[in-house]
Amino acid sequence: MDRVKVATVWFGGCAGCHMSFLDLDEFLIDLADKVELVYSPIADVKVYPENVDVCLVEGAIANEEQVEMAHRIRKNTKIVISFGDCAVTGNIPAMRNPLGSVLPILQTVYVDNADTHGVIPDEEGIVPKLVERVCPLHEIIPVDAYIPGCPPPAPRIRAALEQLLSTGAAQLAGKDLKFG
Amino acid sequence: MAVITLTIDGRLISANEGQSVLDAVKEAGIRIPTLCHLDGVTDLGACRLCLVQLGNSPRLQPACVLKVSEGLEVITDSERLKSYRKMIVELLLSERNHICAVCVANDHCQLQDLAMELGIDHSRYEYIYPDLKMDITHERFGVDHNRCVLCGRCIRVCDQIEGAHTWDMAGRGAKSFVITDMNQPWGTSQSCTSCGKCVQACPTGAIFRKGATVSEMEKDSTRLEFIVTAREKKQWIG
Repeated sequence: MDRVKVATVWFGGCAGCHMSFLDLDEFLIDLADKVELVYSPIADVKVYPENVDVCLVEGAIANEEQVEMAHRIRKNTKIVISFGDCAVTGNIPAMRNPLGSVLPILQTVYVDNADTHGVIPDEEGIVPKLVERVCPLHEIIPVDAYIPGCPPPAPRIRAALEQLLSTGAAQLAGKDLKFG
Repeated sequence: MAVITLTIDGRLISANEGQSVLDAVKEAGIRIPTLCHLDGVTDLGACRLCLVQLGNSPRLQPACVLKVSEGLEVITDSERLKSYRKMIVELLLSERNHICAVCVANDHCQLQDLAMELGIDHSRYEYIYPDLKMDITHERFGVDHNRCVLCGRCIRVCDQIEGAHTWDMAGRGAKSFVITDMNQPWGTSQSCTSCGKCVQACPTGAIFRKGATVSEMEKDSTRLEFIVTAREKKQWIG
């Protein structure tokens, strides 16, 4: 049997969800027999491939590059999973939303509060433009399953993956749905 | 006191006249999710989580402010009720800035617990991200409007148990917010006795003890129960 093609993606988040994924410890060895990691921040693959079975998306949508990538993920993936609170709710990255639009926030952070050489980072084609409003993944593309948590504890990730591998879908319940 | 017979989820239940349907449901050992209800203070039906179905009536009623009546047929759980309750909590989550990961009440929050109980894995509604303030002018406590669900428990506990009526509600609809005295900084309130009952009554991290950091704000509901038991049953046990 072919191994399930799994990708993981890192958007506006702290990588804590990926760290928690690595906390699966010895289950990762079992997982390696069943899945093939085709794209991930911890694998050196440059382009998101086609025909991916499952993609775990960490992080909120915070810039235009991520919006574009989200659409590519949806197009090339059977099951897209919001992985962790940032992808599910917007969480910490979305805390900039109540403060208003992008420019005044960049001005405050990079110019007004800078110790020296205050300048807003702007390099066409290199630094992606921030979206006006940070949002959860499901506001950009349809999402098939959700793993809440900041970060989701490893047993919760394992529960979702085991459900996925045995039934082709994941629906967590009870304590496994705790935000935060 | 007259005894009333009603049906709850197909079971015949006896209740006292004047009791709320929520009380009768609880006495029957059935759990309905609640948020704005707090034992010992009056109910006002603010959160609508305790909505129940009455016979074939299309109108749902909040069990906390509905009195028992003879022959009433109450249904406490159905797909329709589940879907409304879920919707209510999702709307609450998207109405203000509830960020569990950095909240003092993380792990000890009734809103968070309700989301788990109702099987909420994300909010279907767009988050509003309102720009709301905090007031930390009080010497010992703080209020963060980002985390307030407008249940009014602080208002009722302050008025009906402490007898101070420092808290009140200002504004309309989703733009409502809790205020102290004449909408002035809490620290300048003349009526606040600093008793901390509002801190214990608040179901989320909106009213908190200063100095508490993420997950540290554990509420102690027994402190309110003690006073309510003392008042209602004249028993000083705690």
